[in-house]
Amino acid sequence: MLSDKELDHIAKLARVNVAPEKRETLKKDLSAILDYMEKLNKVDTSSVEPLYQTTGLVNATRSDEPRQEFPMTEKLEELLIGQAPARKERFVKVKSILKK
Amino acid sequence: MIPENLTIVKARAGLNRGDFSAEELFSHYHKKIQEKNEEIFAYLTPFNEPGPITKEGALAGIPCAIKDNMLIEGTRTTAGSKILENYIASYTATAVTKLKKAGALILGKTNLDEFAMGSSTENSAYGPTKNPLDTTRIPGGSSGGSAAAVAGDLAVFALGSDTGGSIRQPAAMCGIVGLKPTYGRVSRHGLIAMASSFDQIGPLTKTVEDAAIVLNELCDHDIFDSTTVNNEVPDFTTTLNDSIKGLTVGVPKEFFGTGLSAEVEERVKSGIAKLKELGCKIKEISLPNFEYALAAYYIAVPSEISANLARFDGIRYGHSVQNGENLIDTYFKSRTEGLGPEPVRRIMLGAYALSSGYYDTYYLKAQKVRALIKKDFDEAFKKVDVIVGPTAPHTAFKIGEKVSDPLALYLEDIYTVPLNLAGLPGISIPCGLGSVSKMPVGLQIIGKPFDESTLLRVAHQLEQALKSRT
Repeated sequence: MLSDKELDHIAKLARVNVAPEKRETLKKDLSAILDYMEKLNKVDTSSVEPLYQTTGLVNATRSDEPRQEFPMTEKLEELLIGQAPARKERFVKVKSILKK
Repeated sequence: MIPENLTIVKARAGLNRGDFSAEELFSHYHKKIQEKNEEIFAYLTPFNEPGPITKEGALAGIPCAIKDNMLIEGTRTTAGSKILENYIASYTATAVTKLKKAGALILGKTNLDEFAMGSSTENSAYGPTKNPLDTTRIPGGSSGGSAAAVAGDLAVFALGSDTGGSIRQPAAMCGIVGLKPTYGRVSRHGLIAMASSFDQIGPLTKTVEDAAIVLNELCDHDIFDSTTVNNEVPDFTTTLNDSIKGLTVGVPKEFFGTGLSAEVEERVKSGIAKLKELGCKIKEISLPNFEYALAAYYIAVPSEISANLARFDGIRYGHSVQNGENLIDTYFKSRTEGLGPEPVRRIMLGAYALSSGYYDTYYLKAQKVRALIKKDFDEAFKKVDVIVGPTAPHTAFKIGEKVSDPLALYLEDIYTVPLNLAGLPGISIPCGLGSVSKMPVGLQIIGKPFDESTLLRVAHQLEQALKSRT
């Protein structure tokens, strides 16, 4: 079973708050899933290289030239930053990160 | 008069004969959606206008539905989440652009489990979709809205996305065809990312031939998705009737172990017997690491989810709280209010699997097991042309039956996730009704990488044989 300390640590990494009334259910659900994962310990992977993707493509690069598929217009600018909750002119405005 | 349950092939013929126009066909489906969507809830956002109508292209005038995790510029895209309730897409997904270029008309955006996480569409923040064949049951998921739209004839065909079975399993639950292409075949540009090394877009259709028609339009290298391959794309429709006599069909013995319901086993075995009658050689095979696939999947996928969903921070778009004390408080509060229980569970699992001290035990271990799963398939495909088995262990269950047990719901994906771990193509086709539940059973066919042609050929001829019997 996950400890309260572990739950708080994971929630902090995930940038979510866990409501007090949801703590026990979440601990139980996550612990059951993690217990199920234990079965992987039965597999000998000592000589296996990890597989992160399946296509076999390596370094898919393109020529370093400007592309024109999305020319910047006022309309696109509006679509891109017009949905930010706070803005100033052409910039997205965020809360301060340094204490005054 | 427009006939019920039009396939792409039949709609095309009707349009060509002048039985109805593209405008009439769109209005016909638009009206059906207005009448029936309240009950089925296949669509989150129905569209009222067909957009430009063309006579050019393989899908000219054919009305379709798009899963609401694919962007269409200027329209709302929610991914089934409250955090994107008011989000307007700033560009269009490549897959959707390709359908439009082929002349398809879009009826609207379909419901899904939040961020495509789930197997029942009950995880949608907007409410569950119902199975059109029995509205007390789930339509499967996460592309449940797309599957219900096709099965309930609220669209001719639909697009879904498949990370661990999200096209194939709802197709099985609703008695239709669902195809997951090989990873790298179809661009993911404009698909809201769940697990980037697993996600793949594909069609949900009424017949295998329709799936081949749609796949023809979707496959391509895309400069906006560097994981798409530059392979030759064959015409998948021209080889559907080439003989399958002498092909070797592998049946993994591990697919018929504990957890599989008797009614599904019975139908799938009768489907395999039918393949034998059609002249295929049936060969028992083994996928020795099959029992570890689900555990590896549910570590690797949440890990990618925790990274991909970090972008929903309440800063640039989406739900944002106004009372955040500082920047990090805005992140915490916006995410807590905007994300539902399943995304939160998976983000937390992923954060744990990737965290210092647990990375080797969980994330790295899962990726190594992933390599073993792929090796199992590689070995099997040295001996067989395709592999068959069940799509899901059960037929459609009742709404609410499994909501309180996340792990039980994960186990519904047991036959579909191995393909995503290995990047393989797979299709689910209807294989009759279960003797107890009287709900559709899906038979899954798995192909070699980039060999959708053989996959579709076998699926098409089995489908025809199963139809002619009943």
